[in-house]
Amino acid sequence: MSLLEVKNISKVYPGLKALDNVSLTVNEGEWVAIMGPSGSGKSTMMNIIGCMDKPTSGEVLLDGVDIAKESNKNLTNIRRDKIGLIFQQFHLVNYLTAVENVMVAQYYHSLPDEKEAMEALGRVGLAERAKHLPSQLSGGEQQRVCVARALINHPQLVLADEPTGNLDETNENIVLDLFRQLHREGTTLIVVTHDPEVAEAAQRTIVLEHGRLVKEIINENFVS
Amino acid sequence: MKRQQMYFRMISASLLRRRSRMLVALLAVTIGATILSGLVTIYYDVPRQMGAQFRSYGANMIFTAAADSDGLTTDQVERASALIDAEDLVGLAPYRYESVRINERPVIAAGTDMAGAQSTSPYWFVTGEWPSGDGEALIGKAVSNTYRLGPGDTLTAQYVPEHAADAEEVEPIERTFKVTGVLDTGGSEEEYLFISLADMAALTGVDDRLDVAELSVSGGQPKLEEYAEAIAAGVPEVTPRLVKRVTQSENTVLKKLQALVLLVTVIVLLLTMICVSTTMMAVVSERRKEIGLRKALGASDNSIIMEFMGEGLLLGGIGGLLGSGLGFAFAQMVSRNVFNSSITFQPLLLPATIVVSILVTGLACLSPVRSATDVDPALVLKGE
Repeated sequence: MSLLEVKNISKVYPGLKALDNVSLTVNEGEWVAIMGPSGSGKSTMMNIIGCMDKPTSGEVLLDGVDIAKESNKNLTNIRRDKIGLIFQQFHLVNYLTAVENVMVAQYYHSLPDEKEAMEALGRVGLAERAKHLPSQLSGGEQQRVCVARALINHPQLVLADEPTGNLDETNENIVLDLFRQLHREGTTLIVVTHDPEVAEAAQRTIVLEHGRLVKEIINENFVS
Repeated sequence: MKRQQMYFRMISASLLRRRSRMLVALLAVTIGATILSGLVTIYYDVPRQMGAQFRSYGANMIFTAAADSDGLTTDQVERASALIDAEDLVGLAPYRYESVRINERPVIAAGTDMAGAQSTSPYWFVTGEWPSGDGEALIGKAVSNTYRLGPGDTLTAQYVPEHAADAEEVEPIERTFKVTGVLDTGGSEEEYLFISLADMAALTGVDDRLDVAELSVSGGQPKLEEYAEAIAAGVPEVTPRLVKRVTQSENTVLKKLQALVLLVTVIVLLLTMICVSTTMMAVVSERRKEIGLRKALGASDNSIIMEFMGEGLLLGGIGGLLGSGLGFAFAQMVSRNVFNSSITFQPLLLPATIVVSILVTGLACLSPVRSATDVDPALVLKGE
């Protein structure tokens, strides 16, 4: 059953066509990678799927709701309730501890629960570092806090933008292992990356170039 | 955990863990609150402070006998003056004037209470000593020059009763006084001979009769008018009058001074608002990514407004609390250096300063916080 259906979307900025008639379907529990060089439309695609932008034309059905037609307020609610975001720059609130950063996502979603947030950090192997500020954590640790924050509200879809872009190989493997674990648990993952190794970890890879979907690769050797 | 607990945890963490930036804003609010609290304290204390200063310029209220009465008595003056709050009554000097003769030349003798005269007319300059008992006299500078008298000399005053048909046929009453001091005022008092009321009674043979009582009362014109009305109603034998040249000039100076303090207070509040607003603008600007992140995590515009306003209002509260204490110290310092006296702490000023600081900070934050809601959540996905 499809969780996300992108139907013929285009995004046009003055003097630039960022996306040109792109279609994509992502099933529940699927792990999809979106690859492409700079300027290929990856970020625009992420923004639209992540309910932070709307296409100029086309439909984007997320769990059956056409998010292209929703108001900004509804998009905020959909993003809060259904999507978990993981960023290349981690984007942790620098004056909040690791556990507080996780609780911020709970705060906007429902009720903050420190015990549950601690469990989420434990799941990414950071229970011991829960009371540390982001400045006291390594890049890999910060990204794992970001993962814990993205998962805390049990989203239907996890969107990761270059999740390993700022990590060394060791931490990259830790994050990919976490993604594999999430996939095994049935989480739907869409990972935007320019790193072929990260893309190869996914079940399917979509390649964008100049705003067009130019290739779709099924990973025959996918191991969850 | 309740949402409110997390809310306070977030805004307190923002203030405590981002000290350097927030200290600038806190400093602005605290300085503003300090000046506000200090100036308002001075604003309300100025009438009392200036009243005390003005009292060195002499009496500002006079009691005379009612039109249908023959004169004042000590009892009437005491009853009338009892209607004035003791803390406001700086001095009271009863006077009885009679014409006497010294070396056959007429001089006005004024019987008074010397301590009261000193209190109501602190600007009188005496060469020698003030009389300290009966049989002693203070003479005006003109009298001193006319009779070549000075401290330590004696003089003999003669009194001829007014009711005598032919004064030359009546035996005058004589009394001798020791001159203790010479009075220099620059006014008509220099032509008088000042003796005690007891000596005046002995000299004239008439006891307990006063012509006028001069009072030095602390307070502005409205307060003096209130006292005058109460005395006129409570002791009808006494007619209270305000010395308008003193009370009106006091009133004018006080009003101008209070207007000046008020103006400075308003300007300080405006400057505080500008400073806080600028700081909050900078805070919002440097936290654009954080705002974008919060929105990406599902924060509504109202949540963003609540969080930034919460920080601003908490700053306002803390600044107001600090400012009310520092403001009192500031007002005390000004009072001691300018007016040479202390002020009392007004408890109501503490909550008032905190509330005003919160309001001013809230107003200052409105525009920056509104701009925070314009931040695009997609900002955080840009990988720079």
